[in-house]
Amino acid sequence: MNAVFEGIGASPRRKEDLRFISGRGNYTDDMNRPGQTYAIIKRSDRPHAKIIAIDTAAARAAPGVVAVYTSTDLAAIGGLPCGWQIHSKDGSPMAEPKHPILAEGKVRHVGDPIAVVIAETKQQARDAAELLHIDLEDLPSIATVTDAMKPGAPEVHDGIAGNQCYDWHLGDADAVAAAFKSAHKVVTLDLENNRLIPNAMEPRVALGDYDRFSGDYTLYTTSQNPHVIRLLMGAFVLGLPEHRLRVVAPDVGGGFGSKIYHYAEEAIVTWAAGKLARPVKWTADRSESFMSDAHGRDHVSTAQMAVDADGKFLAMKVHTVANMGAYLSTFAPAVPTYLYATLLAGTYTTPVIYVEVKAVFTNTVPVDAYRGAGRPEASFLVERLVDTVALELGMDRVDIRRRNFIPRDAFPYQTPVALQYDSGDYFATLDAAMKSADWAGFPARKAEAKARGKLRGIGISTYLEACGIAPSKLVGQLGARAGLYEVANVRVHPTGSISVFTGTHSHGQGHETTFAQLVADQLGVPLSQVDIVHGDTGKIPFGMGTYGSRSLAVGGSAMVKAMDKIIAKGKKIAAHLLEASANDIEFKNGVFSVAGTDRSKTLGEIALTAYVPHNYPIEEIEPGLDETAFYDPANFTFPGGCHICEVEIDPETGVTTIINFNAVDDVGRVVNPMIVEGQVQGGVAQGIGQALLENAAYDASGQLLSGSFMDYTMPRADDLSNITVGTENTMCTHNPLGSKGCGEVGAIGSPPAVIGAVCDALGIRHMNMPATPQKVWAIINGRPAA
Amino acid sequence: MYDFTYAKPASLAAATAALATEDAKAMAGGMTLIPVLKQRLNKPSVVVDLSGLGLTGITVTGDSVTIGAMTTHAAVAASAEVKRAIPALAALAGIIGDKEVRHRGTIGGSLANNDPAADYPAAALALGATITTSKRAIHADDYFQGMFTTALEADEIITSVSFPVPAKAAYEKFKNPASRYAMVGVFVAKGPAGTRVAITGAGQGGVFRHAGFEAALAANWSAAALTGVPTSDADLNSDIHASAEYRAHLCNVVARRAVAAAG
Repeated sequence: MNAVFEGIGASPRRKEDLRFISGRGNYTDDMNRPGQTYAIIKRSDRPHAKIIAIDTAAARAAPGVVAVYTSTDLAAIGGLPCGWQIHSKDGSPMAEPKHPILAEGKVRHVGDPIAVVIAETKQQARDAAELLHIDLEDLPSIATVTDAMKPGAPEVHDGIAGNQCYDWHLGDADAVAAAFKSAHKVVTLDLENNRLIPNAMEPRVALGDYDRFSGDYTLYTTSQNPHVIRLLMGAFVLGLPEHRLRVVAPDVGGGFGSKIYHYAEEAIVTWAAGKLARPVKWTADRSESFMSDAHGRDHVSTAQMAVDADGKFLAMKVHTVANMGAYLSTFAPAVPTYLYATLLAGTYTTPVIYVEVKAVFTNTVPVDAYRGAGRPEASFLVERLVDTVALELGMDRVDIRRRNFIPRDAFPYQTPVALQYDSGDYFATLDAAMKSADWAGFPARKAEAKARGKLRGIGISTYLEACGIAPSKLVGQLGARAGLYEVANVRVHPTGSISVFTGTHSHGQGHETTFAQLVADQLGVPLSQVDIVHGDTGKIPFGMGTYGSRSLAVGGSAMVKAMDKIIAKGKKIAAHLLEASANDIEFKNGVFSVAGTDRSKTLGEIALTAYVPHNYPIEEIEPGLDETAFYDPANFTFPGGCHICEVEIDPETGVTTIINFNAVDDVGRVVNPMIVEGQVQGGVAQGIGQALLENAAYDASGQLLSGSFMDYTMPRADDLSNITVGTENTMCTHNPLGSKGCGEVGAIGSPPAVIGAVCDALGIRHMNMPATPQKVWAIINGRPAA
Repeated sequence: MYDFTYAKPASLAAATAALATEDAKAMAGGMTLIPVLKQRLNKPSVVVDLSGLGLTGITVTGDSVTIGAMTTHAAVAASAEVKRAIPALAALAGIIGDKEVRHRGTIGGSLANNDPAADYPAAALALGATITTSKRAIHADDYFQGMFTTALEADEIITSVSFPVPAKAAYEKFKNPASRYAMVGVFVAKGPAGTRVAITGAGQGGVFRHAGFEAALAANWSAAALTGVPTSDADLNSDIHASAEYRAHLCNVVARRAVAAAG
């Protein structure tokens, strides 16, 4: 047997790529149902206004129009639910204003849906939507958290004082106060984390279908988690039981978090399909995506670190205000709390930490998790603060990190902000990254650049994140309204080919390859014999979906558990056929054999026996070879590592060029090194985007200024440098694979390294993102920051 | 996109007649018009496609380069004759938009549209080009009349553009980081039309000549001659990517780089 190795650690080409790169993917907008109609959503162009009247008569009378709906037509169905409840310091639950499917009485952000027009063609729906007469009366409005908290600020939701959603805290305030009093020095840094617009390559699409004979609804949608949509929309919005509602998320072209949430358009098309007994399709255009996909980040913070004279961290205090936008998106409240504040220990032994987080409403698009979700905000704050401490103490940035790292032998390590890290070696990733980046050679490169009139800088980030979300019991205690286990169903067919049904969802990650490698490795079958099925509640038992770098650590672990059951059952069948005790049966490379003998049966033979049980221990076990596992993780996983970025700035123009980027991450067990490299590079590209290019710009009233690619700077290939990716892995100790996750590390670890490099080049303490040419030029020339 | 009638006339006379219809719109490469139509920002009665008129091709004589209005940017960029006669013009055509745009977009379309951040207007103005139309010949100095505004009449069609060959010329562009249009694009030229500097992307009124830079370079053709020569920010654009002050600064930096490139 000289078969090509395709198991854990191999880098076979991605099984899914042939259909993607040849244009044969099956995306939601590629799907069409007989008799299909088209929906156009009429959205607010005002940040805040009272709806005086909506006259739909002309639109209804327009050619081809099937229906026009406003909020009054939706009185019988619920608003969009929020999946996480946070309690304030004083024990009170967060303010949770209704998030209507279509605006009720007021519009609260540019892009807020007001009405839907459904017609025989998209063109007719668009024409009719222009005939809607919507009488709006402008109200005072706010876009920033600072303005939202000012006394007398306009209220986004009537009666929610100070626009405050919650005022939450974590940690030991008294211990921090005491440590601050006796510290050698307290270093303070004010910083912002800029708002981003995800911009997945495929805009959102929703197609609702209804079978009037069975009463079954089907929603085809661009989702990262079809079962979650079925639960949220079925139970909380439309009142449909699970067996009457099927949600299909076929090929999806990128999500980055923005396709986790249950959106109004999904509910509209599903409800309208039932009402009209015809399929209804809605496809976002790019401009709609800018103003209706959940945005990311948008924090304003003050961070303080108390240190001793040797640079040892004694205590940390953080105050953050997070922008929720106009309504609470599905998981929004959790992002600046449990996905952010719990990460503030970073890779360091800071013994006491206290963090206060206020979340406020503004007249902007709702903000929710975006690649990294809370953890990029935490790593940016921690790593920028560490650099600032080093600067103010006159210490080396690397030395101060080494001095404060959690030691190798301190794991499991309990932080003062609730998490317990299971494994890690921050010295190993630091050393490897410094070597890869030739840190020692930087002064010579800086001098050479200076001779050319350029400013060189180098930045470092020794970040940590928590992913593989999440233990259900723990998140339940923290306010989650769902469990976060994962489900796998492994079906060995009679001839030995295998279908694996997973509750995770692949929208670019390469699951069809990585998961197949797990099966090839554990069951000893060729990759070509394995098919991974995802994205359909009609096929998959259940699942919580893909986000939080959880698919391999949680979903893959569920597969391992299901395969364990397959092997255990196979041993019993083999024992029967080989006339041996099940305890004496070994399974290796796809073959069951009696230990110490040459008597054996292949997995294929066992499968055939299981489905054709003529000679079978039918008294002991059932026919068939089909097992399901629900896996609930014991803990989060804790990837971390070191990112080093080198930049060169043209002082005449303020343009920053990335010279090189080196990432060495600890992602636990790697199944497919090529896919890990791609995931990290993609994440780093997004992190560089946040650090240098991207910014969701609003004017003070809440008009979106960067509402298209003409003004929103998406990273392009020529904005990036070569990105060198390495790993120095320690194993996760609590899941069967040892894998930690790699989907978000790039976006989490990179922004502080980039900004650190820019600040190093400019010789300044800090600047907020993005470091655009105009801002850098203004700093160089002593202009007030733009 | 709203419904419209599509016409593809085979002669200038027929095209002119078609453009006489109220709300008629001429389309050259369509690189601006089609996106605008898709966004429903324009509702023409008839779109008059000029691609059936010929009007393509490049003629180089000893002292001028004449380019047919429907010649694509890619054709200009690839032309060995243009590269030889006015390398700066070929180089400019080669950095307009992206590859797809360069294979559809035309010089006539760009000049007729006169987008305030387009590249060709800077070349036309700095080189002192003559824009020949279905009715007359218009000197560049009389042609550009403000943002998206030109001397063209509603039914007037550009047929070709003629550039005097300069002794020295170069175009440098500082791109808007998001759109990649010119945030400040400077074309410098020294030749039969004199020493001329045209700036695109920066001005509220579209492309403009920079008298201060021209005087400094006329006296001393060198990048150093521009040091300290001011640009008033009074009439410059200001947006989220660049304040008027920053644009004024960039005018000087980019102009110096253009002069250095011109040699």
